[in-house]
Amino acid sequence: MSTQNQFNWKKAIQLGAIAGIVGILIALVGMVETFDKRDIVAGAISMGWTMLLLTVLVAGYFSASHQTSNLFRLSASGITGLIFSLIMSLLALLVENFDLRQTLVNASPQLIRILTFENGIPNGLISLIAITTIFGILGGVLYVTPSKIRKAISLGLSIVVLLGLLEDIIQVTLAGLGGASSALAWMFGRGAQSGLSITGAIVVFVVVTASNLLWDVNAPKINSQVEKMPANRQRSLRVLGYGLIILVVLYLPTLLGLYLTEVVNVTGLFILMGLGLNIVVGFAGLLDLGYVAFYAIGAYAVGVLTTLSGELSTSLGWNFWLALPVCIFLCVMAGVVLGIPVLNMRGDYLAIVTLGFGEIIRILALSDFLKPHIGGSQGIVNIPAPEFLGVLLNKPQTLYYLIVAGCILALFISQRLRDSRLGRSWKAMREDEDVAQAMGINLVATKLLAFATGAAFSGLSGTILAVKLGTIYPHSFALLISINVLSLIIVGGMGSIPGVFVGGLLLAGMPELLREFAEYRLLIYGALLVVMMQVRPEGFWPEETHKRELHENEHIPAQEATS
Amino acid sequence: MSLLSIENIHTYYGNIHALKGVSLNVEKGEIVTLIGANGAGKTTTLRTISGLLKPREGKVTFNGEDLAKYKSHEVIYKGICMVPEGRGIFARLTVTENLEMGAYSRTDKTEIQNNMEKAFTIFPRLKERRTQVAGTLSGGEQQMLAMGRALMSNPNVLLLDEPSMGLAPVLVELIFDTIQDINKSGTTILLVEQNALMALGIASRGYVLQTGQIVLSDSAENLKKNPTVQKAYLGME
Repeated sequence: MSTQNQFNWKKAIQLGAIAGIVGILIALVGMVETFDKRDIVAGAISMGWTMLLLTVLVAGYFSASHQTSNLFRLSASGITGLIFSLIMSLLALLVENFDLRQTLVNASPQLIRILTFENGIPNGLISLIAITTIFGILGGVLYVTPSKIRKAISLGLSIVVLLGLLEDIIQVTLAGLGGASSALAWMFGRGAQSGLSITGAIVVFVVVTASNLLWDVNAPKINSQVEKMPANRQRSLRVLGYGLIILVVLYLPTLLGLYLTEVVNVTGLFILMGLGLNIVVGFAGLLDLGYVAFYAIGAYAVGVLTTLSGELSTSLGWNFWLALPVCIFLCVMAGVVLGIPVLNMRGDYLAIVTLGFGEIIRILALSDFLKPHIGGSQGIVNIPAPEFLGVLLNKPQTLYYLIVAGCILALFISQRLRDSRLGRSWKAMREDEDVAQAMGINLVATKLLAFATGAAFSGLSGTILAVKLGTIYPHSFALLISINVLSLIIVGGMGSIPGVFVGGLLLAGMPELLREFAEYRLLIYGALLVVMMQVRPEGFWPEETHKRELHENEHIPAQEATS
Repeated sequence: MSLLSIENIHTYYGNIHALKGVSLNVEKGEIVTLIGANGAGKTTTLRTISGLLKPREGKVTFNGEDLAKYKSHEVIYKGICMVPEGRGIFARLTVTENLEMGAYSRTDKTEIQNNMEKAFTIFPRLKERRTQVAGTLSGGEQQMLAMGRALMSNPNVLLLDEPSMGLAPVLVELIFDTIQDINKSGTTILLVEQNALMALGIASRGYVLQTGQIVLSDSAENLKKNPTVQKAYLGME
C-alpha cells in the first residue's frame, strides 16, 4: 500500500548494478579500448565512451520510470548513475592494483587511462564519477521531458553518433562533390576517424532536434493542406516524389563511389533474401533456418550453367540471362522439395529440419561425390559477368543496377502477394493452421507456395552473388547467413516489408561500414536481439496490425470483466 | 434422409481409440446437441465431421454424399463450417480480416459483402470493433467473432464446439440466444456443450456421449427429465 509514495530504492540500486555489470563487460571484452580509437566528436568523446555513457543514460532513464514523483525520478536516476560510476571506479582500481591480464586480456593500463581521462587514479576517478553520475541524471531528465521533445533529442543524439561513426565515409563521398566538401569540412575534425568537430556536432544536434520538433508540430497541418489540394495537384506531387526517389536511386552509385556502392550491393543482396524469408517466416509463420540453402543453390546453378572454366565436367557456358530463369526454377523446385517432408511440422521441429537441410546442401557442395560437377571445396571459378545492352556488369557501380532491379521486383511481388488472397491465407495459416484449414485453405498448397516463393527470392540473390564475385565456394554459404537474414527480419519487424529494408541497413549495411568492429559483430548482434525482444518486440518498422496488437492495449477502453 | 449423418465412426489418436462407434443424425433445420463430460470425445466427433481427423471405420455423410473423399479444407465448400473450441480466431488479424477469412471459400464479392453486413447485424459489437486486432477482443467478443466468421461462408450446418467456454453467465445467454436466431434463419446446428442445461434448453434433440460411445439419445425434453442425465450432467440429485 505505502509503496505508492515511497522511494523505490530497490529498483534504483538494481538498475545501477545492472548498468555497472554491462559497463564492466563492455570494458573487459575490449570494446572501450578498441572503440576509443574512433572519435565521435573530435577531442571530446570517443565511441568507447559513448557506449559507456549510453549505458548509464539508459539505466538512468529506466530508473526514473520506476518512481512516482519527479523529484524521486531525478534522484533515483542520480543514484543509479552513482552506483554505475562506483562500479566502474572499482574496476579501474582493481585493474590498477592487481595484474588481471593473465585471464582478462583487456584489463590493461590503457583501459585505466581511458576510464580516468588520462588523469591518473585519484583525480581521474573523480571526473569519472562526476560525469557518469551526471549522465545518469540526464537519463532521468530525459524521462521527465515530454515525449515529443524526448523523441527529438534522442533522434538528434543518434544522428550525431551516426555521423561521427561514418565520418570518414561521408568525407570521402563529399570530397567527390567538389565545392560541397570544403563547405562542410568544418563539420568534421581533422585527420582520419576523428569524428565530428565540436561545432559540427552541436550544429547537427540542434538542426536535427529542431527540425524534428518543427515537423512534429507542423506535420498535421502540412498533411491536411496536401489533402485539401485538388486531386491532380496531389497526383503531381506524388509523381514528383517518386521521380525524386527514382532519380536518387539511379544516381546513387555515381554519388557514393566504389566502396560505398559495394556496401549498398551487399546490403541489397541481404535485403533480397530478407524479402524472401519474410514471406516464409513473416507472412506464413514457417520458421526456416536453412534458408541459405536456396542462396547456395541459386549461386551454384548459375555457376555450373555459365562458368567458362573447363574444369567441371558439366560446364555449359550459357548466357547469364538464359541461365537466370532456369536457376530460379531450380530454386523453386528445391523449395517444394524441402517443403514436402516438413508439411506436418510446426515451430521448433520445422526449424530443426530446415537447419539440417541447409547444412546438407553446404556439405553436398563440399563433398567429393559432387566434386566433378560443382568443384568441391575449390568451388566454381571463372563465372562471367553478365552483359546488359552491351554494358558488362562487372563493377559494383554497374552490378548495383542489377541488384536494385532484383530488389524492386521482389518488393513489388511481396507487396502484391501480401494483399492478395494467397497473402491472407498465409497469415491465417500463421495464426492457426487447423482453423485456416476449416475455412477452406489448402494447407499443402499454401505452405509449398510460401517455401517456393521464398526460395525464388533467395535463389535470385544467390545468382547475383555468383556473378558479382565470379567465384563461389561452399564456405560462402554457412549457417550464419541464414541466421543473419532471420535476425534482419526480426529486427526490422516480422512480416513487415519496410522492416526488411531497415533490418538490412542495420544488420548488413552497418557492419560493412564498421569493419574494424567486426570481432564484436556477433556480440552486438546478440545484445541487439535481446534488447529488441525486451523493449520493442515488434521490430523497428513493424507491420501495422502487429504494432497495434502489442501496444494498443493501453488505449482500448476498459472491457467487461469477462475477458 | 438426414442432412448430416454419422454412422458408426471409430477415430484414433495414434493408438488411442477415441471414438468407439459413434452414430448420430442431424435433420435439416434442427439444433442438435452433443453433451458429455471432459474427454468423452465431443470435440473429436466434430473434428472427424469437419475432416481434420479421418475415421478408421464408419462414414460421415452429408446430403447423402460420403465426405471421406474430401480433404479437410474442402469440407467447407460442401456447406459445413466449424467454430472450434477456444474460438481459434486469427489473433493478429483485424476483426474485418477475420471475417474475410471466413469467406475464403466464397468468391462472389457482393455475397461476401452481404454476409459481412449480416454478421454485423447479428453481432453489432463486432462492427464497433471492426478495425481492432482480434487478439485484443474480450472472450465474449472473440466467441462472437468466431461465430460471425463461420457464418461468412453461408454454411448449411454450423458445428459449434463449446461456445460457452470461459464466458460469464450473461454472455453465455447472449451467445445461446444468438445461436437460436442463427438457427431460425435457416442454419442447421450441431452444438457440443458441457453446459448441458443451456444446451438442452435450445436444442430439439440431444445425444449423450460417454468415453467415445453414444449412451443416450432422445428429445431434449426427455433428456432433461432423464434421471441419469440429471445426475451426471445437470447437477441434480
